[in-house]
Amino acid sequence: MIECLNLSKKFGHFTAVKDLSFTAERGQVLGFLGPNGAGKSTTMKMITGFLEPSAGSIKVCGIDIGDDPIAVKQKIGYLPEGAPSYGEMEVGQFLNFIAALRGIETPMIKPAVESVISRVNLENVYYQKIETLSKGFKRRVGLAQAIIHDPEVLIMDEPTDGLDPNQKHQVRQLITDMSKDKTIILSTHILEEVHAVCDRAIIIAGGELVADNTPTEMENMSRYHQAVSFVSDLNTDLLNKIKDMDCVLDVSYDARLNEVTVFPTQGLFIFDEISEFLRKESIQVKSLKMEAGRLDEVFRNITQPMGEREVVK
Amino acid sequence: MNAIKTIIKRELSSYFATPIAYVFIVIFLIMSGVFGFYFGNLYERGQADLIPFFNFHPWLYLFLVPAVAMRLWSEERNSGNIELLMTLPVKKMDWVLGKFFAAWLFIGLALLLTFPMVISINYLGDPDNGLILASYLGSFLLAGGFLAIGSCLSAATKNQVIAFILSVVTCFLFLLSGFPMVLNFFKLFLPQVLVDAIASTSFLTHYDSITKGVLDLGDFTYFGLTIGLWMYATALIIDMKKAD
Repeated sequence: MIECLNLSKKFGHFTAVKDLSFTAERGQVLGFLGPNGAGKSTTMKMITGFLEPSAGSIKVCGIDIGDDPIAVKQKIGYLPEGAPSYGEMEVGQFLNFIAALRGIETPMIKPAVESVISRVNLENVYYQKIETLSKGFKRRVGLAQAIIHDPEVLIMDEPTDGLDPNQKHQVRQLITDMSKDKTIILSTHILEEVHAVCDRAIIIAGGELVADNTPTEMENMSRYHQAVSFVSDLNTDLLNKIKDMDCVLDVSYDARLNEVTVFPTQGLFIFDEISEFLRKESIQVKSLKMEAGRLDEVFRNITQPMGEREVVK
Repeated sequence: MNAIKTIIKRELSSYFATPIAYVFIVIFLIMSGVFGFYFGNLYERGQADLIPFFNFHPWLYLFLVPAVAMRLWSEERNSGNIELLMTLPVKKMDWVLGKFFAAWLFIGLALLLTFPMVISINYLGDPDNGLILASYLGSFLLAGGFLAIGSCLSAATKNQVIAFILSVVTCFLFLLSGFPMVLNFFKLFLPQVLVDAIASTSFLTHYDSITKGVLDLGDFTYFGLTIGLWMYATALIIDMKKAD
């Protein structure tokens, strides 16, 4: 469990994190979202004890990090951004080294390393130097060192950045498997990932918390939420007819894809009305579907400064 | 304590996993031999001792020790590894000491490998082996002093070249302050007490007295204090600079 209270971090005159408060419970995967430079990494660095907060307090599993940083670090597994490690070491050597520094007792090191190696599929590169590994393998080595001591809290800075779709899937699977009895925080730019692994997401912009919701709740904030889209050749008359319906707020037409999107008046369920209308007018449509909401649109809306925001109708 | 041992082991094996160790040892052995025999006229003097050999060590260390020390911390900062190290449940001082001792042991190993010198001189004549032993000890302590300075300055920058140059200059100042030339200059306008104070900060003064066979507790305390202070400074600088 992680509790952050009124956390701030200043570098000189620059405020990287401003009065940030949140808690992450055991069994929860919490996603950090936000544009580059929003303060996600800085927040993670403070929780893991790499940076001292300028103000505010952090408690991990009930221990204040200012009181006993070593005890807190013992409870955390951390994958820093870019998964740094010693390139000249072999994978096995590196994991043994980390296990020893993590305070795992000597007879228990070998089983711990073996178990983590099989969990992240590193068997084939055990004797290979880390600098000769591909990006995906390096990331997995980073992940292995973070979970080798079976920590209560796992913090990962962009764990799937730069991985191919198969590797991404593997890492997400691993995170989901571990999430039952751990507190997990991860940062990401990939919004589909939030849906795939996170129970809750926090959006940080300019060092401040601007949203704290479940991924579904976030989608509900989108104007695409319960919008109906279909592909069809419609003339302007018909488009205007749809626009004039009571339950419809707006209609957009993408000429390139021939795709029509019908936005409902706030919160209304319009799928039945629209499909009924199309049938009545005997219009041929392809791929009629209802949208859940678009996270990227919500993301842009709440992280961009007022002036640059897209107008939400 | 266990953590320090683990760190020393890793650091040492990393020296030998790359060509650094071999390059350093070979250059150290060749240079110390060349300086001792050729410039020090070891043969021509006709005396069975290693004084010319040890006389050149400070100048040899001046460049070789910063070359070992420069990567201690700047590389960790540059690669981002420092974030991993500082979030492991290990005290900062354990890292500082572990890395320092590993490098010191490594230089000690290079120093040990000059043993053919001792054998040769024993073959050629009848040297004072006690003095030679004391000189080795002095040389090792001197290397430790240089290394402690290098460790601290390596923590101050991400760039190894800058770390190297800063260390060479700082070590040079600490050598210079014991040089007769420099001390004579200060004697012109400073009272003897202050001149002695300046001389006492010099590595050279203390190194010379140990290699002359004078095992004074003061000289050992001097090296111990110097190393301790620079280690402490290293830890402080890591704290200040780690976020950059």
